[in-house]
Amino acid sequence: MGPGSAAHRFALRRVRGTREESSKMNFDDTPQEAAFRATARQWVDANAPKELHVELSKSSLGRIRLAKQDIVEVGKAWQKKKFEGNWACLHWPKEYGGRGATPIEKVIWQQEEGVYGKLTQPFQIGEGMCGPTVMAFGSEDAKRRYLPKLASGEEIWCQLFSEPSAGSDVAGLRTRAEKKGDNWVVNGQKIWTSGAHYSDYGLLIARTDPNVPKHKGLTMFFLDMKSSGVEVRPIRQANGMQEFNEVYFTDVVIPDSQRLGAVGEGWSVSLTTLMNERMSIGSRLATGVPEMFEFCSNLMLEDGLAIDDPAVRSRLASWAAKSSGLKYTSYRTISALSKGERPGPENSIGKLVSGMMLQDIATYAMDLQGAAGVLTGNDEETVQGQFQQMLLSSPSMRIAGGTDEILRNIIAERVLGLPGDIRVDKDVPYNKIPTKGR
Amino acid sequence: MNFDFSDDQKQLRDQARKFLTEKCSPKAVRVVLDGKAPYDKELWKGLAEMGFLGVAIPEEFGGAGAGHLELCVIAEEMGRANAPVPFSSTVYLAAEALLIAGSDAQKKKWLPAIASGEAIGTLALFEGKGNPAPNNVKLTAANGVLTGVKKPVPDGAIADFAVVAARIGSSGRDSDISLFLVDLKAGGVEVKSLTNLDPTRGQAEITFKDCKAEPLGAAGEGWSILTQVLDRAAVLCAFEQVGGSDRALEMGRDYALDRIAFGRQIGSFQAVKHMLADMYVSATLARSNSYYGAWALSTNAAELPEAAAAARISATQAFQHCAKNNIQVHGGMGFTWEFDCHMYYRRANAMALGLGSLSYWEDQLIDRMRKKNAA
Repeated sequence: MGPGSAAHRFALRRVRGTREESSKMNFDDTPQEAAFRATARQWVDANAPKELHVELSKSSLGRIRLAKQDIVEVGKAWQKKKFEGNWACLHWPKEYGGRGATPIEKVIWQQEEGVYGKLTQPFQIGEGMCGPTVMAFGSEDAKRRYLPKLASGEEIWCQLFSEPSAGSDVAGLRTRAEKKGDNWVVNGQKIWTSGAHYSDYGLLIARTDPNVPKHKGLTMFFLDMKSSGVEVRPIRQANGMQEFNEVYFTDVVIPDSQRLGAVGEGWSVSLTTLMNERMSIGSRLATGVPEMFEFCSNLMLEDGLAIDDPAVRSRLASWAAKSSGLKYTSYRTISALSKGERPGPENSIGKLVSGMMLQDIATYAMDLQGAAGVLTGNDEETVQGQFQQMLLSSPSMRIAGGTDEILRNIIAERVLGLPGDIRVDKDVPYNKIPTKGR
Repeated sequence: MNFDFSDDQKQLRDQARKFLTEKCSPKAVRVVLDGKAPYDKELWKGLAEMGFLGVAIPEEFGGAGAGHLELCVIAEEMGRANAPVPFSSTVYLAAEALLIAGSDAQKKKWLPAIASGEAIGTLALFEGKGNPAPNNVKLTAANGVLTGVKKPVPDGAIADFAVVAARIGSSGRDSDISLFLVDLKAGGVEVKSLTNLDPTRGQAEITFKDCKAEPLGAAGEGWSILTQVLDRAAVLCAFEQVGGSDRALEMGRDYALDRIAFGRQIGSFQAVKHMLADMYVSATLARSNSYYGAWALSTNAAELPEAAAAARISATQAFQHCAKNNIQVHGGMGFTWEFDCHMYYRRANAMALGLGSLSYWEDQLIDRMRKKNAA
């Protein structure tokens, strides 16, 4: 083989063939995307509660709190407006309250909705998890009755999966549902339920047969959260706040018509729900990097600005590179959606990276504050205590929605093709599984 | 949005992979590793024939006239194969410097020779310890004559020509530095091979004694040209590092599936699974940052300096992380000369220093982010 050989000519032709403009990377919208974006932007501009813009822009970490208004009330108003303008749950089919939008249109909408998207926090579990489950397994009547009201924000849904003894191992849950005539009677306890105290409906997974292995004895239901026997108690969290709840069930009656999927098929139904949870692509997770960059740019240390200190620069740069890596990882996913392709598994790293980073950044920011770092008041020295708050809240980022360890298992097994963990309880009837370590 | 390589570019990548799998097996890499050859001449010739050496060189200068995106996909494969050839010094450093600052005559002289595989080029920047900085350039240029010592010079012992950074003044400003082109076969230079961490890519000391040199670019513009060259090379090296990271991750994954201990595949232990998952995370972050760098490079965007620094940091960290944990997954066998793990470990850690250390690029990223924020 030499210059002029067949292989050589083939290679060069291949190489030269790539010179068209279409082969260039770009961040531009296609004409259709641009038109969609213009429509969305116009609508947001005409309808968004602009008086909240400043406040919403500031609260980038953790739960949103508004100084004078109740987030659920403001959120409901925004959601209703969106629904009326046909912008709510826009990737849902039209007949259930959506717009029938494509995945890339949903991403564009989220970009244009911008900070106002934070107002939709109370509806995200409904839109992202409960709604899709009802859509996949509910009767036509149920879909037409519940989905449009979920989309319009009139009714809020919560998800009742985790239990005190069933977190990562959620299939080990204990809450019982027993068939009595045409009804089911539920007893047990759920935990870590966001928004249970303001929710109208809940998606509930319960054990209907304790005599078979754990994954096989589960069934999915939905229920009215105002049913008799449902008691919601707020949990006081390690960071002092109350954002989650415990939900107790005492002889709660659920009609069989509110069952989703077959009896004993609850686990596979729940996988649909959780798959949808992990599909939340457009939403970028907070990393703490912009806050840290600003903090270091203004903080005066003994020998000058923190950002001029070599040790600070090194750590800051590493975090900034990670954060931009996450940003462009999500762009790769969006690009695939834009081309109508199925995104690769790369987006699975998001929460794993950002959760740890948030915690590390908070720790380091406090270290730079020296002795004053211990103070949690709203004073100037500690920049309104934002990193202290971040420190105390960040453990939940590494647990909620899949712990770091579960996420690593998922990457190892589903992306890298490594073997699943050995599950000693896999073929053991649920009621024979040990419940105490010692 | 199109934030991916095109189908044609992906096909080019497949073609490069196929070619390198055939012509650049670990066995072939070991010939150079064991010191039996300074580089793989046959492979170099083959790369020229495939059009890979001149992929980003315009057709009028004997190249394929494609672009930097095409060069990125080839770079990734070069890293994956751990190719023992002077690709990065010739293509990313010397050719890019010529493309940025060369006169028509200089381009005509050297670029076709690079594309055809006849000339190996390099950049002679460093003078012992230290990172890229005008103050670290002591070698002097006066009346077209260079005097001083450069080391380490990548592939210096096999190079036909070098781009040399030289001091022309002592004002303390960037304009004290100019670049020169030196024909290393023409006399006035003394070249000595140096032992180094990664024997599959040589390093040399070059002494310039009253060596005749022609200027590359305008006098006093040397540092600004160098900065551009280093940014471009940072992106291209990042793709090599991404290719190397992926290969190291794959080797670790494959071994974890094959190796049985305690009666199970070791890849079924969470300690091993999680180590590999973390390697995947690093490699993914590096790939995404590198794609952004590729976009900036291929469009000559104002964002290139920041994108290049982020890609460099991310890819350096990923390759080091994947290469070291690949050995860890392999256990004792990973520490033998016989297994290939150490070739990637050596390459990862050598590449981490080639264009300036990690802390140098961290510094650069912060400076560039500040500049952007201030603008």
